[in-house]
Amino acid sequence: MRGIRRITPAPSLVETGLWHSIMLKRLSSADRIPVAKTSIGRGLPSTDGNVRAKGKELALDHLHLSFGERAVLRDLNLTVPAGQFVAIVGRSGVGKSSLMRLIVGLDKPTSGTVSIDGNPVRGLQKSVKLLFQDARLLPWQTVLSNVGIARTPGWREAAMTALRDVGLAERHGEWPAVLSGGQRQRVALARVLVGEPNVLLLDEPFGALDALTRADMHVLLEKLWLRERFTTILITHDVAEAVALADRVVVMRDGRVAFDVDVSADRPRQRTDRDLAALQERILREV
Amino acid sequence: MSQSLSFRSAVERAAPWFVPVGLLLIWELGARTGFIEARTLPAPSQVAVAFWESAKSGELGRNVLISFERAIIGLAIGGGLGFVLGILTGVSRRAELLLDSGLQMLRNVPHLAIIPMVILWFGIDETAKIFLVAVGTLFPVYLNTYHGIRTIDRGLIEMAEVNGLGKFAIFWRVLLPGAMPSVLVGLRYALGIMWLTLIVAETISASSGIGYMTMNAREFLQTDVVVLGILVYAILGKAADTATKLIENRVLAWHPAYHAGSVSR
Ligand SMILES: Nc1ncnc2c1ncn2[C@@H]1O[C@H](COP(=O)(O)OP(=O)(O)OP(=O)(O)O)[C@@H](O)[C@H]1O
Ligand SMILES: [Mg+2]
Repeated sequence: MRGIRRITPAPSLVETGLWHSIMLKRLSSADRIPVAKTSIGRGLPSTDGNVRAKGKELALDHLHLSFGERAVLRDLNLTVPAGQFVAIVGRSGVGKSSLMRLIVGLDKPTSGTVSIDGNPVRGLQKSVKLLFQDARLLPWQTVLSNVGIARTPGWREAAMTALRDVGLAERHGEWPAVLSGGQRQRVALARVLVGEPNVLLLDEPFGALDALTRADMHVLLEKLWLRERFTTILITHDVAEAVALADRVVVMRDGRVAFDVDVSADRPRQRTDRDLAALQERILREV
Repeated sequence: MSQSLSFRSAVERAAPWFVPVGLLLIWELGARTGFIEARTLPAPSQVAVAFWESAKSGELGRNVLISFERAIIGLAIGGGLGFVLGILTGVSRRAELLLDSGLQMLRNVPHLAIIPMVILWFGIDETAKIFLVAVGTLFPVYLNTYHGIRTIDRGLIEMAEVNGLGKFAIFWRVLLPGAMPSVLVGLRYALGIMWLTLIVAETISASSGIGYMTMNAREFLQTDVVVLGILVYAILGKAADTATKLIENRVLAWHPAYHAGSVSR
C-alpha cells in the first residue's frame, strides 16, 4: 500500500502492536499520547552524487507559547529527521505561523526548546530560513539585489543561479513592483535558496496564487528539495498540496500535534492517486 | 488626419499657457491705457525693463546670490539637523524618549514669532537670517524622517533579520531607503518654509538680498522693482520644487508612482 504507511505514536505502542488501532483514531488530548517521532529512514538516496544532503534534524520539545492570557501552543512536540519534507495543516489561528516564528528565532517560546541537530537554539538561526506568506521584497532594490540581500561574498553569482532555478533570470534587473504576485513569491523563494538553508520553513507561500501557478510552484519546490534535501516544513491549508508534496503530514489542533501521518507514495505523485485521495479525506477529518 | 492630430496635440501642449499669457496681455493693455495706474501696478513691460537694468548693473545677480546662499546654508543646517534627529528618534527608543516630546513642543512655536528675539541676539547679521531659516526647516524634515522610519513595514525588517542582516545593514538597506519617500516630503515642505522665512526675514532686517531689494524699492515707489522681486521669489520657489522632483525621480525610481513615464509634470 502506498497511502498511509504508518503513524508512529510512542515506540512502546508500536512494539505492542497497538499502533494499528490508533492509526485511525485521532490523538486527542485525552489520549495523552506523546507523538514525538523517531527518525526512520525514508529509503531515498541522500548521499547520491546529485543530491546535496543539507538537511538538519529539527526537534521541538514541549513547546508552549502564550500571548498574555491566550495560550497558542500547548505542549507541542515534533521531531523532524534531517532532510524530511513535512507539511503542517491546521485551522486558521491554530498557531502555525507563530510556530514558524519560534523555529526561525524571531520569537521565543514561553517554555520548551527548539533544537537543530541536537543543539538548543537561541535567537536567529543562520541555518533556518523562513519563506513568509507574503513575498516581503524590498521595493527599492532590484530583483537581483533582493535575492542577494545578505550580500555574502559572491552573492551576485549565487543570486543569479537561484533566479535561474526559479525561472526568473531574465528579470534580474527589474523593480519588484513590476512583477506579478507569483513572480514575487518566486523571487522570495530564490532569496531563501541563496541563504543555503539546512531547515527551510514555508509559511503558506502559495496561498495567494492561482491553481496553475501553484502547480508550477509545487513542481519547482519538489525539484529543489530533491536536489538540496533541506529539512522542509510547509504550512498549507490545502490538504491536496500537503499530500502531493510531503513525506509526512502533521495536523495541528488546540496548540499541539493532533495527527501525524507518513505519505510514502513515489514521486512525482499523481494527483489522481486513489490512496492519496483516501489519505486526504482522512486528514481533512482531523483538521 | 495625422495633421489634425498633431495640431490638436500642439494645442494641448500650449493650453496651460493660454490663461497666464492672456492675463499678461490684459494687464499690459490696462497699464498702457491708464486703466491701471503705474504706481499701483507697473506694466509687464516696465517690469521687464527693471529686470534688464538691475541685471545689467549686477545688482539683481548679487541680491539673488546672497538670498540663495542664505537659503541653502539655512536649509543645510536645519534640514540636516532635522534629518539626523529624525533618524535618531526613529531608530532608538531611548533617543525618542529623550528628544521627541521636547522637539514636538518647540515645533509648536511659530518660528517667525521669534524674529524680535533673533534680531536681539544676532542683530541684522547673516546669522539671524540663517538661524531663522534653519529653525523653520528643521521641523518638517525632522517629523517626516521620524515618521518615515517609524512606519516602515515591520515585516521587511523581520525578513532582513531572518536573512542574516546585521543592525547596520538593516539601517542602510531597509530603514533609510524605506524612509526616503517621507523624508523627501519633509524636504518639500522645508523648501516652501525656507523661502517664506527668508522673504520675511530679509524684508524686516537686511542690507542685501531680494527682500531688501524690494523693501528698498518700495521706499522709492519703484513698484516695477517690487514686482520684479516677487517674480524672482516665485521663480526660485519653482526652481527648488523642480530640483526636489528631480531628486525624487532619482532616489525613488523604484517607487511605482515615480516610474519613468508614469509621472507627467
Ligand atoms: N503578536 C501577537 N500578539 C497576540 N496574539 C498573537 C500574536 N501573534 C499571533 N497571535 C495569536 O495567536 C494565534 C495564532 O496565530 P497564528 O498567526 O500563528 O495562526 P495561524 O495558524 O498561522 O493562522 P493562519 O492559518 O490564519 O495564518 C491567533 O489567535 C493570533 O491572534
Ligand atoms: Mg499564518
